[in-house]
Amino acid sequence: MDGAQLADPVVIAVDELGTLIGTLRGDGYRVIGPTVRDGSILHGELHELSDLPRGWTDEQAPGTYRLQRRDDEALFGYAVGPSSPKRELFPPRQRLWTATSDGDASFHVTQERHESARIAFLGVRGCELAAIAVQDRVFLQGAYQDEVYVAHRSDVLLIAVECGSPAGTCFCASMGTGPGVTEGADLVLTELLDGEHRFLARAVTEAGAELLAALERGEPTHHDITAREQVIATATAGMGRELDTDGLHDLLLGNLEHPRWDDIADRCLACTNCTLVCPTCFCTTVEDTTDLTGANAFRDRRWDSCFGLEFSHAGPASVRSSTKARYRQWMTHKLATWIDQFGTSGCVGCGRCITWCPVGIDITVEADAIRRASDPGAT
Amino acid sequence: MTQDIARPKVAVWKFASCDGCQLSLLSAEDELLAIADEVQIAYFLEATREVVEGPYDLSLVEGSITTPDDAERIRHVREISTTLITIGACATAGGIQALRNFGDMDEFRSLVYAQPQYVASLADSTAVAEHVSVDLELRGCPIETSQLVEVINAILAGRKPVTPTHSVCVECKLRGNICVTVAHGTPCLGPVTQAGCGARCPAYDRGCYGCFGPAESPNPRSLSDWLEEQFGVDHPELLRLYRTFNADAPAFRSESRRHEEVAP
Repeated sequence: MDGAQLADPVVIAVDELGTLIGTLRGDGYRVIGPTVRDGSILHGELHELSDLPRGWTDEQAPGTYRLQRRDDEALFGYAVGPSSPKRELFPPRQRLWTATSDGDASFHVTQERHESARIAFLGVRGCELAAIAVQDRVFLQGAYQDEVYVAHRSDVLLIAVECGSPAGTCFCASMGTGPGVTEGADLVLTELLDGEHRFLARAVTEAGAELLAALERGEPTHHDITAREQVIATATAGMGRELDTDGLHDLLLGNLEHPRWDDIADRCLACTNCTLVCPTCFCTTVEDTTDLTGANAFRDRRWDSCFGLEFSHAGPASVRSSTKARYRQWMTHKLATWIDQFGTSGCVGCGRCITWCPVGIDITVEADAIRRASDPGAT
Repeated sequence: MTQDIARPKVAVWKFASCDGCQLSLLSAEDELLAIADEVQIAYFLEATREVVEGPYDLSLVEGSITTPDDAERIRHVREISTTLITIGACATAGGIQALRNFGDMDEFRSLVYAQPQYVASLADSTAVAEHVSVDLELRGCPIETSQLVEVINAILAGRKPVTPTHSVCVECKLRGNICVTVAHGTPCLGPVTQAGCGARCPAYDRGCYGCFGPAESPNPRSLSDWLEEQFGVDHPELLRLYRTFNADAPAFRSESRRHEEVAP
């Protein structure tokens, strides 16, 4: 099948999504997608169409997230919540190995086998695909491969739904990662709510084309194509935030002693929320434990954060003892030195760090403040 | 069972406290027999009247120092203990009884007791570490059984215990809890409180009460300002938020004092 055929869009009815979920489950996939839980739209396992957040949306602002009713039956009428595919692809806790005493002075080490789970993500956004691509570069495409990530990433289907409802904290348009989807998914859907509720679908990979082939498909009309364009245009215009990335790398690295860092440190709780909800942050620590008999020792890896004091503990003390140093490290890495290290920005513009900061610190506002104070000509 | 001589001698001491932290050791039902195999429980009046004379390899100390006798006794405990670990909010921060540190002890005493002259109390309820050197503080009201078992494990193995000092937020995120402050508008002390409980309260849709005391780099002033600005939490309520089990822990004490000063 050639690229042109793969990209040809078709129209599918809403109920076909239920068929899709059933097909995937029948093929042994855990289907992970949006569900309403605990007053928010979180990733959960989907069993059927009714598990999707029909008629729900979210309102997001710095430090605030509220689940709200929509006045329509949209299934994907929300922006991203606190969970992201990172939780499945790079789990919060992983055992790495167990060491067992052989009864004398020797011991043997058993490496943990990381089982590969078949996962199909349904409803992935452009920003999330970009985040997965960032983590792929970090974990798969460098000098070393992360075996935990390899195991979890190896049998994954990505079914994207282009974003039609960006939140007040979104800025994917600034980062060039959304709201439309051009790459990174197997299958791309666009939810069309004008007139009859339906989806425009495009297969991007062979796997996506196979999924689509099992569904009832219709030829899209010219109206369907323009309706999709309208969804993307409206979403692009509806971004709650903007980040001026022009010269941002040099701007931040040229302002490491800017007074704004002290101002941020007065507000920052160093609580780690921004990094743990970030879909690209990948820092971990290892925890070594033993059991009561002393015959078994364990090494576990868990998510950690550059906002923790212990994270930069080297020699006698932490090298980033102040919150100022930690916030500066995080933001300059995310927006500047990440580019030096991995060739792209570490930020995909999903806005999670803004929404889920318990005191509403906004990375776009902070970057802008440094820009304005550094450039008298800026308006 | 191994020979007593080979097993470290453990003592459990009580000062001003509710006994809940000692009970956490007895609550370690899955591990208790294994612990008893590895250590000799030499002094633990909550569990047995059988006492083995000191000195002790490990002393677990519960409770705060509230009387002149306590202040003497804790020095003796320190002298006869190789390793001394304080367990719980009373021993590590003065406990709920440290609320008296914000009031007038003589007045309380005269109101509560018919013959106050017979009551010998110190003006303040203080953490054990203010009186003697402490090798490790285990936070919580009460402590978490799994952390206590981990510390005993670590001491037996001669390694550093895994008792992180970061915020409760890390535990919420590891566990997949929704943030109750951001998503529900529920005031929560998690961002300024040390982890250890596994983020139990937010997992049940409640804000953190701060049982484990201040986290490693607390910024309660910023959190208070946000709660006041966003949710209209007023100064008397903010004062009470910090003035519970760890009221006298320095970061919480100074923050509650600040609301005392600005409260009408």
